[in-house]
Amino acid sequence: MERVTLANGLRVVLAPDRSAPVVGVAVVYDVGIRSEPEGRTGFAHLFEHLMFQGSANLEKLAHFRHVQGSGGTFNGSTHLDYTDYFEVLPSNALERALFLEADRMRGPRLTEENLRNQVDVVKEEIRVNVLNQPYGAFPWLSLPPVMFDTFPNAHDGYGSFTDLESATVADAADFFERYYANGNAVLSVAGDFDVAEATALIERHFGSVPARPAPVRPSFDEPDLTAERRRSYTDRLAPLPAVAAAWRVPDPITDFAGYLPYVVLAEVLTDGDASRLVERLVLKDRSVTSVGGYLGFMGEPFEVRDPTALLLQAHLPPGGDTDKLLRSIDEELDRLAEDGLAPGELARTQARMATHLLRDTDAVLSRTLRMAVLEQQRGEPELLNQLPVLLGDVTEEQIRAAAATLRPQRRATVEVIPGAAR
Amino acid sequence: MSPAKIKPVQVPELVTTLPALGPTTKLQLPKEAEATLPNGLTVIAIRRPSVPLVEVRLRIPFGKAHPARAAMLAQTLLSGTDTMSSVEIAAELQTVGGGLSAGVDPDRLILSGNGLVGGLERILELLGEVLTAARYPAEEVATERARLVDHIQVAQSQPQHVARTALLKRIYGRHPYANQLPEPEQVKAIRPAQLRALHSERVRPAGATLVLVGDITPAKAIDTAEQILGGWAIGGDVPATKWAVPAVPSLVPGALMVVDRPESVQSSLRMALPAVPRTHPDHAALMIANLIFGGYFSSRWVENIREDKGYTYGPHSAIEHLVAGSSLTVAADVATEVTGPAMLETLYELGRIASLPPAEDELEQARQYALGSLRLGVATQAGLAGLATTYAGSGLRLNHLAEHSARLAAVTRDEVFAAASTYLAPARAVTVVLGDASRIEAPLAALTPIEKAQP
Repeated sequence: MERVTLANGLRVVLAPDRSAPVVGVAVVYDVGIRSEPEGRTGFAHLFEHLMFQGSANLEKLAHFRHVQGSGGTFNGSTHLDYTDYFEVLPSNALERALFLEADRMRGPRLTEENLRNQVDVVKEEIRVNVLNQPYGAFPWLSLPPVMFDTFPNAHDGYGSFTDLESATVADAADFFERYYANGNAVLSVAGDFDVAEATALIERHFGSVPARPAPVRPSFDEPDLTAERRRSYTDRLAPLPAVAAAWRVPDPITDFAGYLPYVVLAEVLTDGDASRLVERLVLKDRSVTSVGGYLGFMGEPFEVRDPTALLLQAHLPPGGDTDKLLRSIDEELDRLAEDGLAPGELARTQARMATHLLRDTDAVLSRTLRMAVLEQQRGEPELLNQLPVLLGDVTEEQIRAAAATLRPQRRATVEVIPGAAR
Repeated sequence: MSPAKIKPVQVPELVTTLPALGPTTKLQLPKEAEATLPNGLTVIAIRRPSVPLVEVRLRIPFGKAHPARAAMLAQTLLSGTDTMSSVEIAAELQTVGGGLSAGVDPDRLILSGNGLVGGLERILELLGEVLTAARYPAEEVATERARLVDHIQVAQSQPQHVARTALLKRIYGRHPYANQLPEPEQVKAIRPAQLRALHSERVRPAGATLVLVGDITPAKAIDTAEQILGGWAIGGDVPATKWAVPAVPSLVPGALMVVDRPESVQSSLRMALPAVPRTHPDHAALMIANLIFGGYFSSRWVENIREDKGYTYGPHSAIEHLVAGSSLTVAADVATEVTGPAMLETLYELGRIASLPPAEDELEQARQYALGSLRLGVATQAGLAGLATTYAGSGLRLNHLAEHSARLAAVTRDEVFAAASTYLAPARAVTVVLGDASRIEAPLAALTPIEKAQP
């Protein structure tokens, strides 16, 4: 893995791998849902769409056509703490991808017509994924407002239609000016290329982007909960009850060693039939039909900053009892904290986690993206290859201690009441 | 303090034109080996040493199986054997970083898994244990039956599922492909004895294919598979023809069917058009025609109804291959108030591609995309395993990738136009729209005859 910083401040990470003739290119900007201003919910995501609507030397639709016409695929996505843009292409198209990303880093074409078009598209995206879909907002949009009090952490990241419709071209220009500086971005390239050649191409395309420094990122911290919080809402499309619970965890960046045991704990609790909660709740009690556990509201344990949480979510059978379920979860956490793990339980969970991490690494896209975010948030892209080892070093004592912190008085819970029960 | 002398930074000149593509690399197929064991199981082993893992896919022909029994068999296959509980199977797999899951569709039962490559032997042993000794314990079957019923109920509340179910019924009528997810009542009636009977009749090595992909030596991996699965008994002497799914019926176009979903904020537009199997001489041309119409983001239909008019988020069209026939499906979820205009544009784009030859640059762009997608698709162990398994289901091997690439590279404008006229003609479409009937019937009826689905 190689790291370079261009004279204009753009950070670059390179990871060559000549095993297949494909390359991944990603640009990650250090801005996400948490940074959008009040009255502009959903703006970070809307702006992501605008980045595909043309730039200095590219007409609308050109970006899509050039990537796909080179045999590649593309997309972008908006997260709590970052926004990414990426292409995966046959390796002979590397320079094209660099040109396309550099052109929009200099400035997207922000026009009234494109803005109105993409507001409509985003509204349809929200309809298809949330409003017309059972469990659409559950729990990634419905749980944060229970757990958090401040606007950055608690608001709807997809956005209200009112806020989206009132967005202006001037807002977009301001947002670009503030957050889309090259000093606030990381470029990453992984796959089939030669480092020296790629570095020269990156210099050629990104070296002329005028230097702009990163804005200061505020702290989004909030105090931990001291009393249990619960909220429920009726989902008119949902046929069955569902519940999600979350507890705050240590800062994933500044206290990584304290954070990692929670990542392993989530797997001990929910990875497969041999995990604690699946065995107890699904197979024995039959109190849930499925249960999952993960770190971060978007399930991105290594791509999120503080504050974040460990989440458990479950779907219940008709008439399922949420209170009883939460008591059972508390019991299992107590049992884990007090009695520890069974022989072999931790090692097999860690072995399965290693498989998942390696499997992610096999795909050039996930390698490209994870490396970029690790560089951006930690300055440690090489962590990508160290994660299986670090997770493997987590001890039984640490897991027990982590389980002991997941107490009811620190818990935020959201419950879906089925509005479409038969 | 005097300023330090710094080297002036050479700012490169601004590049304003699209760089040319570099030279195309030759498509390299990975090293592989294949053997058919005496019990009839075919083993295909493919080397891709990118990460120290192995992907496992076992495909067992399952055509004409009772849909509810098949779904329950997949749901409970890993629920316990003569000597191990479901929890023990899962724990043993985890120990080597492994996992296994089972799924079923109208053509096949598939067992999928992966794990650390050092655990390949153990994963195959556990797979063999499940294949030869699954016992469908009454308790576990009861648990999984209730879970499956709940999952089906959730699926039935999703517009994508309801629209697809209605479309499949229109495409396939009484053909077995019409019902791809059973009704809750059918699942509730399933008993363990039926699952044991279905297993003993159909979970057989004859005609099955095991695909192994990863950091393996292909010949050695085949030996390992033979040692462990060579003893999987052949079972009853039923000719494979007994389970052959009959060819799918031709599409019968008719009135557009409206399925009512009161207060729906979107309408789900679904169409089916005829298509041909992977091996058909028209396939490459049809694939390109589909891309130009709506099969990728840079297609006419997506540029029209999303990027120009903002009616929808993710419209797409795709060729779907099943063993007994192929079809082309067109799908978009659009705001209720623009249902009529979105259907108008869809019919317009289908009519346009069926009536006029595509431009040369449209053809080249779609061709490059098709060729590139094939390369990206096999750049991971999981991608290779999936493709090799899918191909095996059509009697093909990975070398088809090279043949198919060569055909795509040679397709002409005339061939694409001919394929579009034949297969994408809107007159040949079967159409279903799920949405708020009170608001969408009139605008749709202004474009085409409609009928209402029976509730």
